[in-house]
Amino acid sequence: MHNLVAIAYVISGILFITALRGLSSPESSRRGNVYGIIGMVIAVFATLVSVDFFNADKLTLSLVIAAILIGAIIGATIAKKIAMTAMPQLIAAFHSLVGLSAVFVAVAAFYAPKSFHIGTLGHINTLSLVEMSLGAIIGAITFSGSVIAFGKLQGIMSGSPIVFKGQHLLNLSIGISIVLGIIYFCFNQDANIFWTLIALSFLIGFLIIIPIGGADMPVVVSMLNSYSGWAAAGIGFTLQNSALIITGALVGSSGAILSYIMCAAMNRSFISVILGGFGAEESSSSSNQGEQRPVKEGSADDAAFIMKNAGSVIIVPGYGMAVAQAQHALKEMTDALKENGVKVTFAIHPVAGRMPGHMNVLLAEANVSYEDVFELDDINSEFPQADVAFVIGANDVTNPIAKSDPSSPIYGMPILDVEKANTVLFVKRGRGLGYAGIDNDLFYRENTMMLFSDAKKMVDGIIKSL
Amino acid sequence: MESIDPNIFRLTIFVLSIFVGYYVVWSVTPALHTPLMAVTNAISSVIIVGGLFALVASDASTTLGLISKIFGFVSVTLAAVNIFGGFLVTQRMLAMYKKKPKVQKEDKNA
Repeated sequence: MHNLVAIAYVISGILFITALRGLSSPESSRRGNVYGIIGMVIAVFATLVSVDFFNADKLTLSLVIAAILIGAIIGATIAKKIAMTAMPQLIAAFHSLVGLSAVFVAVAAFYAPKSFHIGTLGHINTLSLVEMSLGAIIGAITFSGSVIAFGKLQGIMSGSPIVFKGQHLLNLSIGISIVLGIIYFCFNQDANIFWTLIALSFLIGFLIIIPIGGADMPVVVSMLNSYSGWAAAGIGFTLQNSALIITGALVGSSGAILSYIMCAAMNRSFISVILGGFGAEESSSSSNQGEQRPVKEGSADDAAFIMKNAGSVIIVPGYGMAVAQAQHALKEMTDALKENGVKVTFAIHPVAGRMPGHMNVLLAEANVSYEDVFELDDINSEFPQADVAFVIGANDVTNPIAKSDPSSPIYGMPILDVEKANTVLFVKRGRGLGYAGIDNDLFYRENTMMLFSDAKKMVDGIIKSL
Repeated sequence: MESIDPNIFRLTIFVLSIFVGYYVVWSVTPALHTPLMAVTNAISSVIIVGGLFALVASDASTTLGLISKIFGFVSVTLAAVNIFGGFLVTQRMLAMYKKKPKVQKEDKNA
């Protein structure tokens, strides 16, 4: 029986791999998701068989069914109702659940090691203790880190970095205490030590996310994604369960790759993002602050006129589009322009928005064909031929200073070459600086027209005059 | 020759899975990175397996068994939220990725 169960776990692992593989194209992705669901059903069913669930007492039966039902109702309701613009905070919230779940499994395994076949209370074998405490610690970090990320993304707490003196020293000493705590715990198996370790991990998870600012959230969300995988793998080793080990490794490496892609897109090292404080301490680096330079301002009518007479328009969306919920209006504008014979494409920077692929989802929601949406490398060479670059809610990812000024904090970051387009239309809510606190030279160029307004209102205005 | 510790086999599975994950995830198109996070999140809720062990196999007649059962119950519930929420929201997102209507197809990749 146990062999069959083990084989079932491998099968569900393979189904999970095919689920991820399906995401290589939108066509195959829907089928992939179904494979993922089948994999999960097999894993749950195999587990129920292996713990002899179907012969369990009534209380246990009803508890399992109740837990799954409660989860199903809450999960399905959230999945149905959530707005696409709120996807980053939803993912953060989901990560926190995986983390907390891992902590609870570790606690349960500590108090009832017999149920997990890892020894008896106070005599758990050492390797299991190490795995268990690692699972619990990473899970706890995932939980508290995700809660903070959720708070920042949801706007419950300020998105700006929170830094204080001695922060790194404090984090380092907590980190060292955790490592020493694990070693001590392995020798005496003391419940108090175990709980202290978990508490310290909650604390460090909280402390490592607070200094990271809003625009670095794509890295944070990816990183927490990765952590939730490693936590699952840690628990998988404790339970000697291959489904958990395989899945944990898949998710862990997936999150790590996404973090890497996000960091590369900002030309920053992972360490510097994690140490945090971007934009908080570097405000002095740009030279011409306070000095007001003239900009060319335009209205919705001007923008409509320019775009109607253009041959090709490239739209560059950013977080501002998401905040203003302007994606549907943008789609309408695109359709209106296409009727006028204008070629319209979308250019997406990898770190546009608050999580990887954020803009793509919003455009897909608004029914923009994914064949019209291009990534940085694929479209950057087309800006010189474009008549209009329409920048909506993006700023730093278009800033040419990233190429010219080595002292700038964003120097070396790959940018979208909107400056090379014939005309740049720049929709911007206020006259303030971008997230990184750097002035954007584009605003003052001859061929730039600034459209100061809320993104959605501006697009609605343009549609009207088209 | 002495027999190999089964933990080595688990480690082998772990390391190989990391490599599989590495190659599979690099082939994911950037446009689908958000669904990728949603679906990895859903599958990492396979942690429900651990919760089920605790919930079903622990003996509620002892205090410690009861503690284990309660923690098991909570973790199964949390993981279930994630499983249903994660897969459904992924499905909802993926359903939105559409090609453009066939009529306009010729002006693609100009």
